[in-house]
Amino acid sequence: MSENVLEIHDVKKHFNVGNKQVVKSVDGISFSIKKGETLGIVGESGSGKSTIGRTIVGLYEATAGKVVFEGKEISQLDRKEKREFNRKMQMIFQDPHASLNPRMRVGEIIAEGIDAYGLAKGKAKQERVFQLLERVGLHPDHATRFPHEFSGGQRQRIGIARALAVQPSFIVADEPISALDVSIQAQVVNLLEDLQKEEDLTYLFIAHDLAMVKHISDRIGVMYLGKMMELAESQTLFQEPLHPYTNALLSAIPVSAPKLRGTRERIVLGGDPPSPINPPSGCPFRTRCPSTMERCAVVMPEWKEVKKDHWVACHLY
Amino acid sequence: MTNSLPETDALFRPANPAHFENKQISRPSLSFWQDAVLKIVKNKMAVIGFVLLTAIIVLSIIGPYLVPYSQSEQSLTEGNLPLSSDHWFGTDDLGRDMWARIWAGARISLIIGIASALIDLVIGITVGGVSGYMAGRGKTGDRIDSFLMRIVEVLYGIPYLLVVILLMVIMEPGLVTMIIALSITGWVGMARIVRGQILQLKQQEFVLAAEKLGTSHGKIIIKHLLPNMMGIIIVTLTFTIPQAIFAESFLSFLGLGVQAPTASWGTMANDALGTILSGHWWRLFFPALMISLTMFAFNAFGDGLQDALDPRSKN
Amino acid sequence: MSRLLEVNDLKVSFRTYGGEIQAVRGVSFYIDEGETLAIVGESGCGKSVTAQAVMGMVPVPHGKVKNGQILFGDRDITKLSKKKLQQIRGSEIGMIFQDPMTSLNPTMKIGTQIREGILKHQKLSKNEAKEKALELLRLVGISDVEKRYSQYPHEFSGGMRQRVVIAIALACDPKLIIADEPTTALDVTIQAQILDLLKDIQKKRNSSIILITHDLGVVAEVADRVAVMYAGVVVESGTVDEIFENPKHPYTLGLLKSVPNLDSPDKERLIPIDGSPPDLFAPPTGCPFAARCPFAMEVCVMHMPDKETFSDHHYAKCWLNDNRAIKVEEMITAGSEQLV
Repeated sequence: MSENVLEIHDVKKHFNVGNKQVVKSVDGISFSIKKGETLGIVGESGSGKSTIGRTIVGLYEATAGKVVFEGKEISQLDRKEKREFNRKMQMIFQDPHASLNPRMRVGEIIAEGIDAYGLAKGKAKQERVFQLLERVGLHPDHATRFPHEFSGGQRQRIGIARALAVQPSFIVADEPISALDVSIQAQVVNLLEDLQKEEDLTYLFIAHDLAMVKHISDRIGVMYLGKMMELAESQTLFQEPLHPYTNALLSAIPVSAPKLRGTRERIVLGGDPPSPINPPSGCPFRTRCPSTMERCAVVMPEWKEVKKDHWVACHLY
Repeated sequence: MTNSLPETDALFRPANPAHFENKQISRPSLSFWQDAVLKIVKNKMAVIGFVLLTAIIVLSIIGPYLVPYSQSEQSLTEGNLPLSSDHWFGTDDLGRDMWARIWAGARISLIIGIASALIDLVIGITVGGVSGYMAGRGKTGDRIDSFLMRIVEVLYGIPYLLVVILLMVIMEPGLVTMIIALSITGWVGMARIVRGQILQLKQQEFVLAAEKLGTSHGKIIIKHLLPNMMGIIIVTLTFTIPQAIFAESFLSFLGLGVQAPTASWGTMANDALGTILSGHWWRLFFPALMISLTMFAFNAFGDGLQDALDPRSKN
Repeated sequence: MSRLLEVNDLKVSFRTYGGEIQAVRGVSFYIDEGETLAIVGESGCGKSVTAQAVMGMVPVPHGKVKNGQILFGDRDITKLSKKKLQQIRGSEIGMIFQDPMTSLNPTMKIGTQIREGILKHQKLSKNEAKEKALELLRLVGISDVEKRYSQYPHEFSGGMRQRVVIAIALACDPKLIIADEPTTALDVTIQAQILDLLKDIQKKRNSSIILITHDLGVVAEVADRVAVMYAGVVVESGTVDEIFENPKHPYTLGLLKSVPNLDSPDKERLIPIDGSPPDLFAPPTGCPFAARCPFAMEVCVMHMPDKETFSDHHYAKCWLNDNRAIKVEEMITAGSEQLV
């Protein structure tokens, strides 16, 4: 088995929202990612899945816990190491409209990282930009154009080229396809898969579309209200989900063909997700859980490996 | 490759891929600013405003030289003459040529307007920029931000009329005092706008991406933050200039602004007050007309700019 | 089943800085009583504009219905006065929008908003209207209705707000409900609840639903019939089974192939549709999909295909269905294409 390229231990990220109130956006999460694999993270709005992504790349500073990248804890890095970490770990953003500076030409956007690290200059830089554009399925002529002249899918390709420019080894993709049209989503997903193979990349893929996450990920983690509920290999998670929340989530996915209507037994969750400002005691899911017990209100269940490579936080196991 | 296909109508042969080439982006690539100029040109009111403004600026420069009189030259025998081919806008009670005085006044107005707007701009961008950029960057950052914002709030609460009167008492009334008086409180609005913009832009994904790519703070400010605020800054400027011009006229009218014999639209209007009843309408009409036209020109042009530059007003 | 709404050759354009966008370019469809019609397509295909036109809500002054009829019973919606339209909306046609936050008035209590809707179109006393409003809230699955009745929208979660919007839409027992992406802003578990609710209401009240969506999963769950839109035209229409089992337009096929199939065990590579939709400032003269179609023929570039009918409900606009066209299978064996 190859080594863990990223490990996070009991990471918390809390935000002060005024009035002495704290949102526990991420509240004690641990997992690891092996080199070359894709870990998918799913969760509904407010689950903290984007926050964990931003904390890992270092855009947010963790309130507690450790993020260890290639054996080094990122909060302990010196200046030079920090720079190297920033280069190796890149991010692809959700909104293709907000993630590109509207006042810069595509060439400049892609060259930004090349400049920041002095990776190439003059003609070589130009060449590199052209090469990257072609790599993501665009034309070198596009370098002189502005982001608003491109469609959503093309812009997302530009965002990918920008990240690739600094030759990263790890990419956090924060809902990279959820703003795109169905026919375009597949283009971008295929591109990400090709790049992973060719450039030997490791992905953390955050999304709410379970089908896409299953398609692209080797393993999947399910988050709910700042906590990780279950983590397993994609196939296992879909076929033998353990956590009641995972079960409910999977049962809510629409069928893929009308003839399958009604074949999926739907577990309807009562009520709404609680507010992350004032989460329930114990297990955050207990207020909506069909199999809740007294113990659930008292203590948060331990995060444990129930079967090989199958982690879950639930008192049922 | 297509040889193995059965015989059919030529129309039903696979399409030549050449049909679909070069179709990706056919429109010319316009930068934001080129696009903005196109939008302004299509906006009638903005064009009228722009033409008027240009005319006012040009005439304020060459206007006084078109007549053989200077703005301060008195000729008591020629007092209160109506419009004629000698005196295009008539004369005032001291026989000074109104045309010459109107354009001399225009200079004062424009100098005050532009100077105080530029001072607002420099101080406003610096204070607002530092404040907005530092906010959320650790304890020191937050402290700098709240310190600067407290100053802004205090200044915001002081009525500018009070500041002007105080300054006039301390300093000699005149052009420079006026500019200082208007700028002391004027930059506060700009600072607030700039800070708000920066706070908003900092959260944008392209700025986060730049940070992640290792771009330096200076470059982030110059390449990412400033260019995306320019539109709103320029629009704000086109509205602060007429405000300053109006303030100057208003204060001069009240006797708090530039002092005689310097011509200003405000002082001219004030001088004219007593003569209205004697039928010397041009004494009041021209200064009032110029104030109104200038206000209108700036506002019409500013509205057009806002439509063209403000990202929130798309279509 | 009797016909409730019929749209014939609808064309809608928008004037913008930069030219005229032909958003809807000759759309025809119908809906019968008690039926759910899904209009599917990607952003910019004209599906929402079509819905706006049916509600008589094409935004003025930029938008304009250029051609066509929208027959609701014996009335043509495109020809009705503003006042008549307002009467129909809310009493005979109910509307549900994507964003439940913007379709509710944030400064008004939920109960008042529902009651107002009822009082506007029905002759009831205030108390009767309140009773009805409470009943509606119960119908859409809101518990503790007495308390909820006097709460403001911000006290509701996204899913609950959408339920309130549905309650308002149902206030006057409309015959037709138009739902424009009603679940797009919601989480999966909430989406499932709302879809169940819509199905349930339809069963109870025999109302017709026009569902505008981009999500094929939603279509597979609830639709009876489907109209697939692309670049302002309906390229294929049929019953939901016909569309999913036997698509006759390469675009429909492409859409179906580009989403991962959860019910298949293997990790297959997705088959995307290359390129992007055409510019509707200057739509192509031929088939709008030709530039992205793996099977495009010369004729596709020049002429818009006619309707080819396959069953009572199923038709597609694609030259491949013309008997002069080479069968797709033969093209594949001839090695000219990569699409499987």
